[in-house]
Amino acid sequence: MSKLLEVEKLSISFSQYFKGLEQRELKVLSDLTMDVDDHEILAVLGSSGSGKSLLAHAILGILPSNAKIAGSIRYKGKEMDDELKEELRGKKISFIPQSVNNLNPLMKVKDQVIGYTESEEEKQVLVKKQREIFNQYNLSEEVDEMYPFQLSGGMARKVLISTALLNDPEIIIADEPTPGLDEQAVEETINNLVELKEKGIGMILITHDIHTAIETSDRIAILYLGYVIEITDTKNFSGDGKNLLHPYTRSLYRALPETHFELTEGHQPSYQHIPKGCPYHENCPHQVRECHYELPELRELNGTVIRCFNPLVDGE
Amino acid sequence: MTKTEENKQGFLNLNLRTKTLLVTVIALIILVSVFLSNFLIDHQAVLTSNFYNINQAPSFEHLFGTDWMGRDMFMRTLLGLGISIGVGAFASVISTVVAILLGVFSSVNTLVDEVVTAIIDLFGSIPHILLIILVSLAFGGGYYGVIMAVGLTHWTPLARVLRAEIKKINTSEYIKLSNEFGKSKLWIAKKHIFPLIISQIIVGVILMFPHAIMHEASISFLGFGLPAHEPAIGIILAESMKYLSMGYWWLAFYPGLSLLLLVLLFDLIGENVHRLLDPQSAQE
Amino acid sequence: MNNRTKTFIRNKAIHFILLMLAVAIFSFVLLELSPIDPVNAYLKQAVISPEQRIMLEQYWGVNQPLTTKIWGWLSNLLQGNLGTSLIYRVPVVDVIVERFMASFVLMFFSWIISGFLGFGLGIVAGKNKGGWIDKLVKLYCYILQSAPSFWIGLLILIIFSVELGWFPIGMSVAIGTVSSDATIWQWLARLVLPTLTLSLVGVAPIAMYTRNELVNVLSSDYILFARARGESGWPLIERQALRNILLPALTLQFQNFAELFGGAVLVEQVFSYPGIGQTAVAAGLQSDVTLLLGIVLVSAVFVFVGNLLADVMYFFVDPRIRENEYLDKN
Repeated sequence: MSKLLEVEKLSISFSQYFKGLEQRELKVLSDLTMDVDDHEILAVLGSSGSGKSLLAHAILGILPSNAKIAGSIRYKGKEMDDELKEELRGKKISFIPQSVNNLNPLMKVKDQVIGYTESEEEKQVLVKKQREIFNQYNLSEEVDEMYPFQLSGGMARKVLISTALLNDPEIIIADEPTPGLDEQAVEETINNLVELKEKGIGMILITHDIHTAIETSDRIAILYLGYVIEITDTKNFSGDGKNLLHPYTRSLYRALPETHFELTEGHQPSYQHIPKGCPYHENCPHQVRECHYELPELRELNGTVIRCFNPLVDGE
Repeated sequence: MTKTEENKQGFLNLNLRTKTLLVTVIALIILVSVFLSNFLIDHQAVLTSNFYNINQAPSFEHLFGTDWMGRDMFMRTLLGLGISIGVGAFASVISTVVAILLGVFSSVNTLVDEVVTAIIDLFGSIPHILLIILVSLAFGGGYYGVIMAVGLTHWTPLARVLRAEIKKINTSEYIKLSNEFGKSKLWIAKKHIFPLIISQIIVGVILMFPHAIMHEASISFLGFGLPAHEPAIGIILAESMKYLSMGYWWLAFYPGLSLLLLVLLFDLIGENVHRLLDPQSAQE
Repeated sequence: MNNRTKTFIRNKAIHFILLMLAVAIFSFVLLELSPIDPVNAYLKQAVISPEQRIMLEQYWGVNQPLTTKIWGWLSNLLQGNLGTSLIYRVPVVDVIVERFMASFVLMFFSWIISGFLGFGLGIVAGKNKGGWIDKLVKLYCYILQSAPSFWIGLLILIIFSVELGWFPIGMSVAIGTVSSDATIWQWLARLVLPTLTLSLVGVAPIAMYTRNELVNVLSSDYILFARARGESGWPLIERQALRNILLPALTLQFQNFAELFGGAVLVEQVFSYPGIGQTAVAAGLQSDVTLLLGIVLVSAVFVFVGNLLADVMYFFVDPRIRENEYLDKN
């Protein structure tokens, strides 16, 4: 059986202008490889402001026109060209965007959730379905007639999730579903996402919040400067994290307040100056000579995918 | 991404920057030479009548044709453009000074700010061309009237921008910090505010030019501007109206077209400088 | 009517009164500064005795202090008395009413035509951003915005009147005569070319604005999301973008009343169209101070009404402003 969605060696870059009209190339995603199955949540974890959302846009085929893209994306083993992407988006693949800003400010919530319809019959069917989904999420009929600016954070989140369910998707890509919500709403959202997974949906959860990632996902892909440095089972984020093989992942985990609260030195360099060799080597306490001039390839090790010359396999 | 693609990208990048600079410089050279040609041309010779070749259609000898007094329209147009640039420059200087003064005044306190806003409001409430007519009448018309009228009515957009910009800077953290450190207002203005608004001023001034030039031509056309014997474009065009019915289209066509190109040149320079100073605008 | 609407109306009314007062005083002072001598302007070089001159000077109040003059003009203004026109020798109000109606028809048609045409072109250009049609529209806008509108008028005159001969040239009515004796057809024929000119010129700003606005909206987060949900092409623009652009575009078109009026002044001059703009020019050139002041006031009212309509539209149409919460929150 083939995977639901596979991404292989995906790179995305932009050219940008700086003062005096100097143009530079900005690589936001480099050599990204990962996959997701049905009944599974894959969390893509990276710091905020990185190009994580662009992964979603690439899969959906809605990148801005000045983006350059390389690599391949496959749906059920079939290469996704622009045509297939267009066919799938909004149908087999649903997207849950970040914020209420993704709703048209001048359109009523109901009309937005239903989306574009070609006929009156189709519309009637969807209206009924929208109402069902809203009931499920405790969104009253008043909400139907509201404009986005009238929604609270939690309501907006539910509305956005509802949009994704209207078309019975196989894959859902959720982009930062939790920030800006109160604790209870976060809890609810996480439950909603896990529920969807249990119904059989394969989900890519893009987030910078390690808690959300740990609480919802089955596997976590960790991004650093646009590179995947490790894809590991979520259950490895437990105890003292000795099964986390990449130095960055482990330091990330150990920086959490409930584990060791160990802060590491150094900060993530800017996307404009991605270092040569391993992107992490400047901050890595375990660096070896190769790290300085050669980019480690992704490889499998003890059931984990990792990009590192000197992984922490000894359980240190 | 392969290596060659990156190289190509690097080459293109150099291109836009150099291209922008190059276009700007060429446009500037054209403007300066049009302006300077005014001092080289023998006005007397150009403006004396020559009844042997009146109302000639454009030819190699007379690129823009000749008028009812046999004067070469190309030369007259060239002189007219020179006047336009001169008036535009004068007026822009006046407007810029007014804009900077009012922009800075508005940051003194809220009362002054209200007054400045009210003045901007007042100037925007009368159609611009009527305002220019009023001011030029107030100054007694003629050269003086035109320059003052155009100069005293083009400051509003720049003043508005500067007011907003200074307000924004003044509320920023580092200015508050400077205040707490006991730095003088002048020091803060020189060190922090001026460098930030200078690019706005430069772009504002260049973009003011085309408006000033057009308005000068407009009120000269209406008869309020320069005296009738001057070869200003507005006057040339007003004069041409008497001869259009006889089919002497070139009398109106070329001078207007030249003015259009002049305005486009200024727009081009303004936009390029804007893009060089503020790369955000070139992002598309 | 709720409280908010009342406040809105009250604020606008106060603003209007203050602004008109400011305009009246400002333009009066400007014309006082000018070396125009109302007695000479009235006499037009006719010879009179010194006694008669003194009488006339008293009539015009030449030697009164400025404040007295302003006060006199304002109190007359409040009674609806704008004085008597020098060149027409009839009350200024009568001249303005007749001439403004003629201009209003011209401006109204141009406003409508340029609005529809500009919005349409802007949408087509913005949708095909970077394509040849976009470049063409942009080029048109750049040229029209950089060309003096009276020159465009002259070109249209050359093409349609001189070369094609479709419309007569020199349909002018001498300044100082009231032109109600022209037939409706003559009048319509007179209207076509100025309207065409003013429309062509008026297309540029609205098309450019609509185009840029559409490009902005198309790169917004909500359009991105709509595309992620499978919407595309015309339906996407129609459903998600049109109403969001229509409101600001219409606002701009209302705020353009000042430009429209300015354009009319120039275009009327080119085509000798007997409207308020031509009258303003004549008043200025022939030192008819009372008439010019009256026209300036009327033009300011006109501009104010444009801005007011724009505000009213936002106030009642935009759901974000229509709802109180939004204003309170922000």
